[in-house]
Amino acid sequence: MIEMSGITKAFSGNVVLNNVQFELADGEIHALMGENGAGKSTMMKILSGIYTKDAGEIKVDGQVVNFKSPKDAEKLGIIVIHQELNMLPDLTVTQNLFLGKELTYGKTGILKTRQMEKEASQLLSKLGLNVNPKTRTGDLSVGKQQIIEIAKAIASNAKVIVMDEPTAALTDREIETLFQTIRELKAKGISFVYISHRMEEIFAICDRITILRDGQYVGVRNIPETNFDEIVAMMVGRELGERFPERKSTIGNTKLEVRNLTVNGLFHNLSFKLRKGEVLGVAGLMGAGRTEVAQTLFGYRKASSGEILIDGKKVVIKSPIDAMKYGIGFVTEDRKTQGLVLDFTIKENITLTNLDKCASSGIVNQTKENSMVAKYIEELKIRTSGPEQRVKSLSGGNQQKVVLAKWLGTEPDILILDEPTRGVDIGARKEIYQIINQLAEAGVAILMISSELPEVIGMADRVIVMQEGKLTGEVMKEQMTQEIIMQYATGGEKGVQL
Amino acid sequence: MSNYKSKEMLSKLGPLFGLILLIIVVSILNPSFLSIANIFNVLRQVSISAIIAFGMTFVILTGGIDLSVGSTLALTGAIAASLLASGTDPFLTMGIALIIGLILGAINGVIITKGKVAPFIATLATMTIYRGLTLVYTDGRPISGLGDHYSFQLFGKGYFLGFPVPVVTMVIAFVILYFILQKTTFGRRVYAVGGNEEAAKLSGINTDKVKIAVYAITGFLAALAALILTSRLNSAQPTAGESYELDAIAAVVLGGTSLNGGKGWIFGTLIGALIIGVLNNGMNLIGVSSFWQQVVKGIVILIAVLMDRKKTV
Ligand SMILES: Nc1ncnc2c1ncn2[C@@H]1O[C@H](COP(=O)(O)OP(=O)(O)OP(=O)(O)O)[C@@H](O)[C@H]1O
Ligand SMILES: [Mg+2]
Repeated sequence: MIEMSGITKAFSGNVVLNNVQFELADGEIHALMGENGAGKSTMMKILSGIYTKDAGEIKVDGQVVNFKSPKDAEKLGIIVIHQELNMLPDLTVTQNLFLGKELTYGKTGILKTRQMEKEASQLLSKLGLNVNPKTRTGDLSVGKQQIIEIAKAIASNAKVIVMDEPTAALTDREIETLFQTIRELKAKGISFVYISHRMEEIFAICDRITILRDGQYVGVRNIPETNFDEIVAMMVGRELGERFPERKSTIGNTKLEVRNLTVNGLFHNLSFKLRKGEVLGVAGLMGAGRTEVAQTLFGYRKASSGEILIDGKKVVIKSPIDAMKYGIGFVTEDRKTQGLVLDFTIKENITLTNLDKCASSGIVNQTKENSMVAKYIEELKIRTSGPEQRVKSLSGGNQQKVVLAKWLGTEPDILILDEPTRGVDIGARKEIYQIINQLAEAGVAILMISSELPEVIGMADRVIVMQEGKLTGEVMKEQMTQEIIMQYATGGEKGVQL
Repeated sequence: MSNYKSKEMLSKLGPLFGLILLIIVVSILNPSFLSIANIFNVLRQVSISAIIAFGMTFVILTGGIDLSVGSTLALTGAIAASLLASGTDPFLTMGIALIIGLILGAINGVIITKGKVAPFIATLATMTIYRGLTLVYTDGRPISGLGDHYSFQLFGKGYFLGFPVPVVTMVIAFVILYFILQKTTFGRRVYAVGGNEEAAKLSGINTDKVKIAVYAITGFLAALAALILTSRLNSAQPTAGESYELDAIAAVVLGGTSLNGGKGWIFGTLIGALIIGVLNNGMNLIGVSSFWQQVVKGIVILIAVLMDRKKTV
C-alpha cells in the first residue's frame, strides 16, 4: 500500500539518504534496520511529512502523494511514534491521549472529561497498562509513557503505524503486551513499520525487513528466509564476531558499599557492595526503583536514611558535584531530558562535565577541548559531520555515545550506567561493551542498570535484582539465566534471600 | 559542516542587516542623521540602555528575566549622588555604587534559587522594593549639587580619544562580557543552564551559583549605567530608569536571543540596543509624533520576533 522509491535527502549538503526504496504491504509488519545514523528515522520522517524529500516518489495505494506536513500524512492514516517521546509532561494521561482530538459537546468546546477518561482507561487496560488516566504523564516511567504513545496512535484509527524504536525503554513484559497488541492490529489489516536495534524482536514479530547502510538501500528480505548473521552482515558490511566481547578483569576490593539505603516511598533498606573492576548488573522491571537508586547514589535525590561507603569510608553525597568529587560518573537513562543539552554541539556536551580540565583560570582552551573531543569521537566512533554538529541533529544512538563520552572524560572510579545501550545499534553496542570492559579492566567499578536480560547476562559479573523498591535477589555469573532473574524481578520464587 | 556553520551565522547576523537597513532608510529621510554630532548623540543614549541589556542577556540566556534593573539603577544612582554631595571621593563612590548594584542583583539570584521563586515574580517584587527604597532614601526628591568632581563629570560627559566616555565604557563592557560568554567556563555554563538545567545539574554544574552570578552581574551593570546617567544629568532622580527593563528585554529579543534560554549572543543585544536607539533618534529627526513613536517601536519588535520564529521553525 506504500511505495517509496528513489528517496534522497541531504541536510545542508550532507547526504543522509541516497536513492532509497521502501515498500509496505497491507497488514504487514516491516522492519527497518541499519546502524545508528543509517537514515531510518529520516526515511520515516519523510514518509510522515515532517521532512520533505529532495528527490524520489511516494505512492500510497498507487497514488503519488506529496506530504507537506504531518497532518497530510495523518489524513491518510499514517502515524509515527517517534524515537524521542513527545508527551507533554504536565498534562494528564487522558489529556495527552486526546490531545488535538478532544471529545466535546457538539461544537461548544466544552470537554467531555468523564467520557474521555473512561475511554482512556479502557484503551490502557486493553494494552495491559495499569495506570490511572488522571495521572500527570511526567510522573510515569519512560516505559509507561511509551505505551501511552502507542495507545494514542491506536486511538486515532491509524492504517499505518510507524514505530521508531518503541521497545527501547520497555521491559520484557511490556514488550510482550505490545507485541500482542501489534499482532491483533495486524489481523485487522493495519500495517506497521518497525524500527529497532533488537534482533530478537525483529525475528519475533516482523514479516519482512529492509536494510539501510550509510543512507543507502542494501536490500529487503523475508524474515523466514533469512537469519541473524545475514542481517548483521548486510547492516554493518563486515563480520561482527561475538556479541558480548570477553573481559579479563581482576575483581579487587570493595569500592562502593551501600548500607540500608532508603528513600521513603521509592526503595527500602537496600544493601550491596560493588568492587573494583566488577560489572554489577541491576535488573528489575520498569518502576522497580533502579533509576532512583542510581540518582540517590549520585546525589540527585536525597536519601531518607542509610549509609554510603567509598573505599570503606563513610561519605555524604548531597549533590552531583559531591558525587563527582568521589569519582562517580552517571550515564543517565533519558538522554533528551537529563543527558544532553540538545542545542549544544557535540563538543560542548562532551566537555560539560569536565570543562575545568580544558581550561586555565576559567578560560576555555580551544585546542585542549578540541583534542579531547576528537579523541572521544574517534574512540566511540560517533558518526557525525564534526564536533560542531548540534546533538539535536544526531541520530539516537550517536546521541547516546555522546552521553557516554561526557562521562568517560571525567575518568570515573565508579561508573553508573542506566540503560547504556538504549537505542544503540548492534555494532555500536559491541563498541560500548568493549569500552565497559576496558574500564572494568582498568579497575573502574561499574554499576549497570539494564532492562535487557541478554545484556545483563552477557556483561555482568554479578547481578542484583530489584522488585518494587526492594532487593529480592543476587545471582552470580555462573547461575545467571533469564528465568532466575525474572523470578526475582517478579517476586516469583525466593532464592538467596538478602 | 562549514555549510552548517555559515547558515547559522547568517541567521545570527539577521539583526545586523536590519540595523543597516534602518540606518539607510533614516539617512535618506533625513541626511543630518549621519552627522558626527548626531551619531555620538545616538551612541551616548544607547550606551546606558545597552549596558543594562548586556546584563539582561546573561539572565535571559539562563532562562530567567530581571524586571528590577530600572529600580536598581535608580537606587544605586541615588546612593552615588548623595555620597558625592556629601563630599565622598568620586572613585570610592563609584566603587560603593557598583558593589551595591552587585549585591542587589545577587539578592534576586538568591531569592530565585534558594527560595525557588519564579524569576518573573521574584524580580517583580524586588523591582517594587528597590524602587520603594529609592523613594525612602531620597524622600522622593531629586538629588543634585554633586559638586564638580572632574573625574566623575568625565564619566558621563567627557571624551576619550575623541569618543564620548560612555560609549567607550559600553564598548569595553561589551568586549569583556562577550569574552566571558564565549570563551570562559562560566559563559559555557550560562548557556548550559538555559539549554537544559537538569542535564547541567547532572553534569556537576552548580546551577544555583551560575544563576546567582548572572543576576549579580546584571545588578552590577545596572549600577554602572546609573553612574553614567547620574554623571550626565549631574543629579539623580528617584524615578530614573522606569521601564528600562522593557527596553533591555526588547534589545535582547531583537538581537535574536531566545526567551526560553540557552540560545543567543551578546553581539545581537548590542545590535538590538542600537536598533532601538537609531529608531528613537530617527523618528525624532523625521518628526514622528512621540505617540506614534511607541506604536512604531512595538511593531518593529513584533516584526523582528516573527522573522526569528520563521527561521527556527
Ligand atoms: N535535522 C537534521 N539536520 C542535520 N543532520 C541530520 C538531521 N536529522 C538527521 N541528520 C543526520 O542524518 C543521519 C541519519 O539520521 P537518522 O536519525 O535518520 O538515523 P537513524 O538511522 O534513525 O539512527 P538511530 O538508529 O541512531 O536512530 C545522521 O547522520 C544524522 O546526523
Ligand atoms: Mg533513529
